[in-house]
Amino acid sequence: MKLNDEQQMLQDSVARLMADKGPVSHLRQLRDEHNDKGYDEPLWQAMVEAGLTGILVPEEHGGIGFGLVGAGLVAREIGRNLSVTPFLSTAVLGAAALSAGGSDEQKAKWLPAIAEGTSIIALAVDDGAKHRPERLRARVEGGTLSGEKRLVLDGHVADLLLVAAGEGDQAALYLVDPKADGVTIERTVMADSRNAARVRFDQVPAEAMADGAAALAAALRAGRAVLAAELSGLALEAFERTLGYLKERKQFGRLIGTFQALQHRAAQLSGEVAMSEALALQALNACDQDAEDADQQVLAAKAKASRVALLAGQEAVQMHGGIGMTDEFDIGFFLKRARAGGETLGDANYCADRFAALRGY
Amino acid sequence: MSDLEQFRAETRAWLDANCPEEMRQPLKSQADHCWGGRKWQFQSEAQKVWMERMAEKGWTAPQWPKEYGGGGLSQEQAEILAEEMKRINARTPVSNFGFWMLGPALLKFGSEELKREHLPPICRGEIRWCQGYSEPNAGSDLASLQTRAEDKGDHFVVNGQKIWTSYADKADWIFCLVRTDPQATKHNGISFVLFDMENEGVSTRPIELISGESPFCETFFDDVKVDKHQVVGELNRGWDVAKYLLTHERNNIGGEPPGFLKGRALGPLAAEYVGTEHGKLADAGLRADIANLEIDHMAFQALVGKIRAEAEAGQGVGAQSAVLKYYGTELNKRRYELMMDALGSEGLEWDSERTLGGLFAREWLRSKGNSIEGGTSEVMLGIVSKRLLGLPDA
Ligand SMILES: Cc1cc2nc3c(=O)[nH]c(=O)nc-3n(C[C@H](O)[C@H](O)[C@H](O)COP(=O)(O)OP(=O)(O)OC[C@H]3O[C@@H](n4cnc5c(N)ncnc54)[C@H](O)[C@@H]3O)c2cc1C
Repeated sequence: MKLNDEQQMLQDSVARLMADKGPVSHLRQLRDEHNDKGYDEPLWQAMVEAGLTGILVPEEHGGIGFGLVGAGLVAREIGRNLSVTPFLSTAVLGAAALSAGGSDEQKAKWLPAIAEGTSIIALAVDDGAKHRPERLRARVEGGTLSGEKRLVLDGHVADLLLVAAGEGDQAALYLVDPKADGVTIERTVMADSRNAARVRFDQVPAEAMADGAAALAAALRAGRAVLAAELSGLALEAFERTLGYLKERKQFGRLIGTFQALQHRAAQLSGEVAMSEALALQALNACDQDAEDADQQVLAAKAKASRVALLAGQEAVQMHGGIGMTDEFDIGFFLKRARAGGETLGDANYCADRFAALRGY
Repeated sequence: MSDLEQFRAETRAWLDANCPEEMRQPLKSQADHCWGGRKWQFQSEAQKVWMERMAEKGWTAPQWPKEYGGGGLSQEQAEILAEEMKRINARTPVSNFGFWMLGPALLKFGSEELKREHLPPICRGEIRWCQGYSEPNAGSDLASLQTRAEDKGDHFVVNGQKIWTSYADKADWIFCLVRTDPQATKHNGISFVLFDMENEGVSTRPIELISGESPFCETFFDDVKVDKHQVVGELNRGWDVAKYLLTHERNNIGGEPPGFLKGRALGPLAAEYVGTEHGKLADAGLRADIANLEIDHMAFQALVGKIRAEAEAGQGVGAQSAVLKYYGTELNKRRYELMMDALGSEGLEWDSERTLGGLFAREWLRSKGNSIEGGTSEVMLGIVSKRLLGLPDA
C-alpha cells in the first residue's frame, strides 16, 4: 500500500517534530540525570499540542481519530529518534482499550484526558518474565484483584492502571487506581532506559469495563501493530546510520563499504528493513479496515519487526567495530531498544506461535 | 456501477462461461504448464481451447496494446482479471519467455516492424522463445560474451556457443546477445538479435540437471544467417535492451512459486504427513519454521505491493527487481526445503507412481536454480548494494 496525501503530511510533520524535539540525545540525558518521570515532558507537551496524543481517540472525545495507520506513522518516527514518551502506553494501549471496551462513563472520563495529555495510563498484562496473555495468573474475585505484573510501561507515573486478569474462565481488563491501598509499584528501569514497573496487587478494588475482553484484545492488537512500526523505524535508522559509516570509515586504504562481505550484508539488511516496514504498514491498515486476517497480519508484523530490529541493531554494532561498543556513541541505544521493544507484548517466537495457531496448524 | 466494477462483472461472467473445468485445477507439476509454440503438444483439448479463447480476447498478454494482439487493459483492469482468474483457480492459459521477457523489451526498444512481426504470434501462443545470453565463459560476467555476429552487408553471420539455454530444443525462436563490434569496450559492442532456431547452423544439446530433467541446452551457432532487420534497439547498444529485459525476468522469477507449491499452503500439507497433536503440527520445529517462512513471505508480498504501487505506471521497477528476485527466490528455496522436511521419506521416492515420478524431490532440486538463473543471488546483492545503496566499488 501507499500513503495517501493526508497520511504523508502527518508523516512529514511528525518526522520534523521528533527530530527537533525528541532526538536520541534526550534519551541519553534522561538516563544520565536519572529523571524521576523517566520520559521527555517537553516533547510530550509538544505532542499534545500537535494533537498526537489523541490520535486514536474518537473526535467526540476530543481526539483526532486518525486510526492505527496514523499511530504507526508516529511510532515510526519515535523509533527513528528513540524518543521517550508515554505514547505507546497511553495514546495507543490506553486509548485502544478504553475505546473498544470502556463503558460510556469510563470513556467520557479517560479518553479526553488522554487527548489532552492530562493522564498517563499503563497497561499491565505480563505476570511472568514472558508475555502469555492466554494464561493469566492475576485473578479478580468479588470485585477485588490480586496478582503481580511486570513490564508495566510507564507504571510508576500512571494515573490509571489497566490490568489484565482472569475472572471465572474469562480474561479481561480492569481499571485500577494506582494509589489504592494494596497496590505496590516498583519502578524497573530497563536496559533501553525506558520506564517500566513491577506492580503488586493485594486485594485491590478493580473496576470492570463494559467489555473487558474486547478491551484487552484491542489493546494487544493495536500495541503490537504500533510496536511493529516503531521497531521498523528503529531498524531503518540503525541501518541508515550504518550505511553512512560504511561510506566514511577507511581501513586498508579504502572505504570499508567497498568490501563485498559488508556490501552483501548491508544489501540484505536493507531488504529486511523494507519488508518489515511494508508489513507493519499493511498490518496497521488491515486493522483500520477491520480486515478478516488483521490479527494474523499484526502477529506477523510484530514477529518480523522484532527480528529485523534486533538484526539491524546487531549488524549496526558489528559494522561500526569498536566504536559501536562505546556508550558515548549512540548506535548501542538502538540495539537495546530493539531487544526491549521486541520483548514487549510478545516476542517473535510468541507471535509466530500464535500466527501458526490462527493459520490452523 | 463504476467502470471497474462493470469490468469485473463482465470478466467474471466471461471466465465462468469460457474457462474449461479441467483448467481450474491446480497444476500437478510444471509439466502441466502450457508453453505453446510450433512444437507444442497440447495435453488435452481443454488446454488448447483455453489458450485459444484467452488469446482471442487478448488476455494471454492482458496489458499489451491491442494492435499487437494484447488485451489493452489498464493496470487496474489487469489486476481484476488476475483476481478473477485466481478466484476460480484458472490456470495461466499459456506463458513462455516471449511473454515475460522478450515482449516487454520489444515494446520498449523494438521497431514498429519488429513489434508487428513478433508480438501477435506470441500472444496467440504460436511461437515459443528462448534466451541466448549465457556462455561457458560469460555467466555472472555476462558482458564478456564472445558469440560474434559479422556484418555481411544485408545480413549477419553468427558463430559461437551459448549454454544453459532453457528449452532451446523446444523453442522456435531465440533472442540472443552477440558481439557486433569486437573493438569496442565490453558493454558497448553487443547487439540484441532475433532468429529462428530452424535456421541452418543452429544446433542444441540438452544438459541433464540434478533433478534428472533436461530443461536446458548447450546451443551452438555455426555460420547462422540472421536478417539485419532483426536487431532490437540500436546496433551495438544491445546491453541496454539486455539489462531492461533482465529486470522483467527477475521480477517474474521472484514472483509466485512455480510448480507444485503454487497456491498450496505448507501447513495443511505438513499436517497430512507429520500429523497433529492438540491441534498443532506434531513437529514443533517444523511448525515454527513454516510459521516463520509464512511471515517472511507475507512481509515480502507487502514489499512487492509497495514497490509496484510506487513504480510509475508502465515503467519497470528498475534496480528494485534485484531485491524482488533475491528475496523471492530465497524464500522459494526455503519453501521447498520445508516441503521436503514435511514429506519425509515419501518426498524422496524418485520414480514411484505415488509421487508422479519423484515430483517432490525433482521440484525441490529444481528450485535450487531459482537463485542462479537470471542472475545469481550474489549478483543481485551486488546490484542492491551499488545501485540502490550507493556503496562504492573497490
Ligand atoms: C535453471 C537455469 C536456467 C537458466 N536459463 C538460462 C537461459 O534460458 N538463458 C541463458 O542465457 N542463461 C540461462 N541460465 C544461466 C544463468 O543465467 C547463469 O547460470 C548465471 O548467470 C550464473 O552464471 P554461471 O553459471 O556462469 O556462474 P558463475 O558466474 O560462474 O558463478 C559461480 C558462483 O560465483 C558467484 N559469483 C560470480 N560473480 C560474483 C561476484 N562478482 N561477486 C560475488 N559472487 C560472484 C556466483 O554468485 C556463483 O555463486 C540458466 C541457469 C539456470 C540454473
